[in-house]
Amino acid sequence: MDRIPILRMGPFLLVTIQVDLYDRLALTLESDLVQMVNKTGAKGVLIDISAVEIVDSFMGRIVGNIASMSKILDAETVVVGMQPAVAITLIELGLPLKGVHTALDVDRGMKLLRTMIDFDEYDAEGEDDEEPED
Amino acid sequence: MVVSLSKDNMRILRDQDVVPFRNRVKEAAVKIKMGLVNQTKLITAASELVRNMLRYANGGEVLIEIVSKGRENGVRLTFRDKGPGIADIPQAMQDGFSTGKSLGLGLPGTKRLVSYFDIKSEAGKGTTVTVIKWSNG
Repeated sequence: MDRIPILRMGPFLLVTIQVDLYDRLALTLESDLVQMVNKTGAKGVLIDISAVEIVDSFMGRIVGNIASMSKILDAETVVVGMQPAVAITLIELGLPLKGVHTALDVDRGMKLLRTMIDFDEYDAEGEDDEEPED
Repeated sequence: MVVSLSKDNMRILRDQDVVPFRNRVKEAAVKIKMGLVNQTKLITAASELVRNMLRYANGGEVLIEIVSKGRENGVRLTFRDKGPGIADIPQAMQDGFSTGKSLGLGLPGTKRLVSYFDIKSEAGKGTTVTVIKWSNG
């Protein structure tokens, strides 16, 4: 079965969606991600959708679900790289993606995640990840 | 008058048919040089409708046409299913109404994304949804 890879980068999980998502793939990603958050104790999830041309209400709901589920597990979600045409379409469709943090690109998304997360607390949990420099 | 310039019929039976279907719609839109935003709106609308068809009627058929009216070109999609039909169309067209577990954005949201939207349904016989997106509309 197809799967979207989830990369671990220190306290963050990184997902880059490079293929056309069909429903089952999206649902698998949702459950994989939430389980990964639980397993790794990740503090942030970054989803890059710069290659995604279509976000319909189902996909939007999955992204919203991932954000709310991660939130309950104490991780923040940032969606980055949305194409302008997708943003226009989402708003007209009536799906403002409430509760989902967004950033223009991966760089800014990472910065946003870092500002949202209390690193001292993360290190205190016995992880030996480096402090971010900025 | 709307004239049909090309026709392409596609059966949608499974979840996995959605992506190839979206690609076919995209091809049609690209062929008439539809702008990127309108393309995205059209494909998103198509995606919503095809999803409805799969969820509520176990699939059906879609006719993808390139149409023209005067100087304008557009893409017309006709979704036909033999599902349970929609008992109350005005209710189904309201934002936030859903008999399933969805957000209820599908039909009203789709209507906002296209230039023309028509829905006909008969309880027990099925539903036909027709949408047109004009290249510049």
